[in-house]
Formats: sequence, structure tokens, C-alpha cells
Amino acid sequence: MTSVDFPAENFRLSMLIYDTRYRSLTIQAIAVILFMLAAAWLVNNTVQNLAALGKDFNFGFLGSRAGYDINQTLISYTNDSSHARAALVGALNTLLVAVLGCTFATILGVVFGVLRLSSNWIVARLAGVYVEMFRNVPVLLWIFTIMAVITEIAPAPSAFRGDNATSSMLFADSVAITNRGIYMPWPVWGDGWQIVVGTFILSLIAILLFGRYARKRQEDTGDILPTFWIKLGLFFIPTILIDVLMGGPVTFEFPVLERFNFEGGGFVDKALIALVLALSLYTGAFIAENVRAGILAISKGQTEAASALGLRPNRTMSLVILPQALRVIIPPLISQYLNLTKNSSLAIAVGYMDIRATLGGITMNQTGRELECMLLLMGFYLVISLAISSLMNWYNSSVALKER
Amino acid sequence: MKYTHMLAGAALLALGATGVSAQTLQQVKDAGVLKCGTNTGLAGFAAPNADGVWEGFDIAICRAIAAAVLSDPMAVDFVPTTGETRFTALASSEIDVLVRNSTWTFTRDVDLKFTFTNVNYYDGQGFMVPSALGVSSAMELDGATICIQTGTTTELNLADFFKQHSMSYQPVPIQTNAEADQQFLAGACDAYTTDVSGLAASRATYETPGDYIILPEVISKEPLGPVVRQGDDEWADVVRWTYNALVAAEEYGVTSENIEEMVNSENPEVRRLLGVEGDLGAMLGLDAEWARRAIAAGGNYGEIFAATIGEGTASNLERGLNALWTDGGLQYSPPFR
Repeated sequence: MTSVDFPAENFRLSMLIYDTRYRSLTIQAIAVILFMLAAAWLVNNTVQNLAALGKDFNFGFLGSRAGYDINQTLISYTNDSSHARAALVGALNTLLVAVLGCTFATILGVVFGVLRLSSNWIVARLAGVYVEMFRNVPVLLWIFTIMAVITEIAPAPSAFRGDNATSSMLFADSVAITNRGIYMPWPVWGDGWQIVVGTFILSLIAILLFGRYARKRQEDTGDILPTFWIKLGLFFIPTILIDVLMGGPVTFEFPVLERFNFEGGGFVDKALIALVLALSLYTGAFIAENVRAGILAISKGQTEAASALGLRPNRTMSLVILPQALRVIIPPLISQYLNLTKNSSLAIAVGYMDIRATLGGITMNQTGRELECMLLLMGFYLVISLAISSLMNWYNSSVALKER
Repeated sequence: MKYTHMLAGAALLALGATGVSAQTLQQVKDAGVLKCGTNTGLAGFAAPNADGVWEGFDIAICRAIAAAVLSDPMAVDFVPTTGETRFTALASSEIDVLVRNSTWTFTRDVDLKFTFTNVNYYDGQGFMVPSALGVSSAMELDGATICIQTGTTTELNLADFFKQHSMSYQPVPIQTNAEADQQFLAGACDAYTTDVSGLAASRATYETPGDYIILPEVISKEPLGPVVRQGDDEWADVVRWTYNALVAAEEYGVTSENIEEMVNSENPEVRRLLGVEGDLGAMLGLDAEWARRAIAAGGNYGEIFAATIGEGTASNLERGLNALWTDGGLQYSPPFR
């Protein structure tokens, strides 16, 4: 605001409205007052209503025993744990869905965004069908549909039993796909597992270093190494070799059919699969459109110049077009990640225990602390969304056009 | 519907100070319609029939209250609620009374600030399994996957039961009865647990009810009853005594058929109940014939039970604990005097 200097005797009250020097200030002041009145009314109303209901406002319930069980947890949890612990389990489950969902959605989005621009008519149309189908139907319906399909099509564990079993396990009796989820082998950490894991981490570092070396070599000599196969080899071979040489400190436990379920090994709940599939297919369709827009924003001259230099179409896309298109793609991509994360609160529809189902569902229902639980939930989603936003903004600034 | 309780939470923030007041009776009379919270669909207890008209054991209670207060048993708006949304719906005045197989517990009564007026069905939690599973007792369920309705006392009872017997299980939380049926029938869970009455009601809707058995163990006490907001005793009295009128009517042999003749009964209790003598109705803030209309709406307690969930119906439930006290059951009305 600039201070305006003029004789006081000239000032009349009507100037607050009719004088353009004051008008904007007046409007702003009125707006602020109205906003604060509305906020005060809301708070006052809440306090009054809570008092009328005879409820107090405190978060003490978070420390008491939860008493209910959660089917899939990333950290240890029993029904003796506190409500706060249950909320944490839910929060981690939400983050798990968000991370898995964003990863798959990005892959799907990039692939289908590029395919939709393919010169092959069938491929382009198929990609178009995918995008329009998923983009134009509410995600909740997709979640229900995929859940119902898994429930009805996949066999129950009992179908794996007996001499004339109607279903069999895949990959040499190691993986069972059932309508309760997927049972799979899981590593068991024996003596000396640290060395194996250490080797694995070293291979990851080697892959990173090799990638840099390959790029430098390409820039210096123009030769292109078959990086994908070498990286794949680095990923598996040293770790497996060490494990075998050491006599197998890391072994795998295989799921075995017991009285009711497969026991042992790892288990991925069907609700998680349905939710991640639905969310990533749905959001992937939106990302595909962002990717397509980003690619179309790059002038055709870039493609032509690249092919004039003799680059094949694949390399033109990965080396010339996509890096430039990223600048257009990233900002809307942030919104899609945020959408996916927030949409994960639909998990309760398929009984996946995310934070909305633990803190905002069972805990809220058992303790009757609606206001506290809702505020905590809103706070959680706000923090997560802001974190994703700032992370992606940071990435965006790293790919943005450097203006010097 | 899924967001009803979020909306209701927001309503706590946003609505005017209409939250709880001691005026539900007046509000219902002014609105000319009773907003009754009910199940999203549980055969026998609360489900729309082929014509879209709600009927069932819980529904009959709502209709009796509407008949007593508004003189029209059909003047009811049924608000389907899930196990999760029901109490928020009631607390935020979205509904006037909740009749939805709700278990009377200490915390709900005391901490959640509700009043359970009666117990219209004495129930307990049980398990249903396909007979092909070869399980004959809940003690054999170690390691099983169990479908469970979320937001209910059921999940706490289940956790306690398995903990007590050092058994493990894999819970599959489900929101509504219909979804639970789908999961259970597809074999996505080995057992389905909820109140025995609910299990019987679900089984009645299956294509081959004979292929499923309800295990003998009843692992909890589930007194189910109508719920109102705490602090409005006038309205709680209306709900409580309308229900008592139905039970008393059965005890004194007043049915929807003979109610016109019973007006001439010599029994002073019946005469007070039916408003021929005394002014009990006026004390409740209603007219003299309130109980007469409530009983005429769907019959007395025994008639309602027989018509909706009793033996011979699809649910085929015995009276058991829900027989009158004179028959060795627990249904008992305090005196009308």
C-alpha cells in the first residue's frame, strides 16, 4: 500500500466508495471483515453444538486401546495397540497406495500418451479407447468393478485343494492367485543376510555408475552400449551368486495351503490390488492426456531435425521430444498425483484399511470423536498433498528451461 | 451415502444451533413426517419390498411411532445408514430415531450421548460357514478369513473372541450386508460373522440356504434397540412407551384385529393403554388414542415378530429370548399406569 498524502479537510466519507484511490482498500477491508465474521460464526457454532451435545474436545482417545484388528499392516500392530498406532498403520497404508498408484499411473500414462499419437491407426485408437473409457467413468465404479471381477473370477483357496483341484499355483508352485489376494514367496533372513543385502545395494550403485559411464562414453565417442541388458544382469547376477556361494543365507519361504488359507510367504490383499489397479488405470488415463499434450506442444520441426540427424523414432522420442515435453507435462502431473492420493480415501469401499478406514472409520465410530478424527484426517491429507506438491515443484524446477 | 458421516461432520460445523434440542417431538409434528434411520437392507429387519415399500421388524417400530405421533404409519422417511454412518446421522439430527439392529453398549449410551429406549431384539454374535467347509464349531476357525461388517461392535467382539482362545484370523472388513454376502458366497472369506438374526436373514436370501450353517457358539450379548439423542427425554419417552405399548398389547392379548373390541375390555390396564380411561396420552404430549394407532399399524410385538422374522418366514427365527416374560423370555413392559 502506498501512503497517500493529501489535506485532511478534503476527506469525506463518501470518498471511500467513490474515490478510486480508496475504493480497493474499502472493498478489501469489507471482505476481510466478512471472512472473519464467517469464520467466527463457524467456530462459535461448533463450540455451541459440541456443548449442546455434551461433548468435549480432546485427543485423549488416541492413547486408548483400539481393540480391532487390521488385515494388512506395514508395521506391527495388534488389537492391543492404541488408536494412534491404528491411525499410523492406516496412514502408512494410504502412503503405500499413493506410491504404488502414482508409479503405475505414470508408467501407464506415458505409454498410452505416446501410443495415442502413434501413426499406427489401430494402436492409436486402442489407446484412445483406454483413455476415454477410464477418464469418463467415476473412479469409485472402477474400484467396485475391479474388486467384483477379482472376487468372482479368481478361485477361492479351496479350489487349490485335493487331487482334482480346479486351480493350480503358478511358477513352480510358488505363487497362488486367489480371490483373497496373491500369496507369493517371501525372503527369510538367515545368518549372514547382511552380506547378501550389501551386495544387492552395491549392485544398485554399480548400475547407477555404469549408467553415467555409458552416457559419458556415448557423449565422447558416440557409441551406444546395450545398457538395459547389462543393468538387468547387474541387478540379479551378483546377488544371486553371493547367495549361492554363501550357502543361501537368504532363502524364500513358499506359501502352503493349510486348513483355510495359504500360510507362510507373503500376502498381498485383494483390496490393495483392486484399489491400486483402479486408481492407477483411472489416473493413468488423465496422465496420458497430459503426456499427449506435452508431446504435441513440441514443434514438429524438432522431430524432423532429429530424423534429419539420423535418429531412429524411438530415440527421437526418448532423447529429443520427451525431455522437452516434460516441462509441459510436470505441472498438471502434480495435480494428478494429488488427485490419486486423495482418491485413495475411497479404499473403504473395498475394505482396504487406509487412514480413512482406521482413524476416520472404525476409530471414529468406536470413540464417537467425529470432529477430532475429521480434523486429524484433513490435517493428514493436507500435509501429504503439500509434501507431494513441493517435491514435484522441486523436480519441475530442475527440468524447467534454464534461463541465464 | 459413504460420505454421509463426513457430511454430518461438516454439518456439525456448519448447521445452525439445531444440533440437539428438547424439541424432537414438536419438530416431528411440524414436519408431519418421522425421519427414521434404518439398515441399507437386511431381509426381515429392514428392506424395501417389490413395490419399494420398506418393511421388516425394525421398520414396524418406526411405523408404530409414526402412527402414534402423526396418526399415519406411512408418514415415515426411511434414511438408510451403514454401520459407520448411523450414529453421526442421529447426532446431527439427520434422523429422529435410529432403529437399525444397534447394540446397546455402555460407551454408546454414556460417551456417545445417546439414549437406548428399549431392547426390541435380544441377539448375539455368531458365525456362518458353508457346510462344505466341514467346520462344526467356532473353535475350529483358527487361521480362517472372516468377513465382518465394519463400524460395529462385531469387530471388537471378534478380536476379543480370537484373542481369548489364542487363535488367529484374517479380517475382511465390509461396509454393507449386501457386499458381505457377495464376498462370502464367492468364497473370499471362510466365515461370515454378525448377529445371529442378521446371519439368518442373510441366509434366507441365498439361493441354496441349506448349504450354509450357523455355528452354535454365540460369542456376545447384543441387545438391539431403538436409539434417540440424549437430552430429549420427552421424545425418548414417546419412543420408549410406544414400544412398551406393543409389548403390553401382546401380553394383554390386544391384536390389530381385535383392538376395536378390546376397547370395551374390563381390564383397567388395557383401558388405560387404549386411552379409554385416564389421560396417559396427554402426559406424553399425544392424544388419547396414540397407543391404539401404534398397535393397529402393524399389530402387537408378537404379531410383528411373526410377520417379519418369526418361524415360517424366510428368516425363520425362534422367539427364544424375545418371548414375553410370561413365556420365559425377556420382553417385558413396565405397567401402564
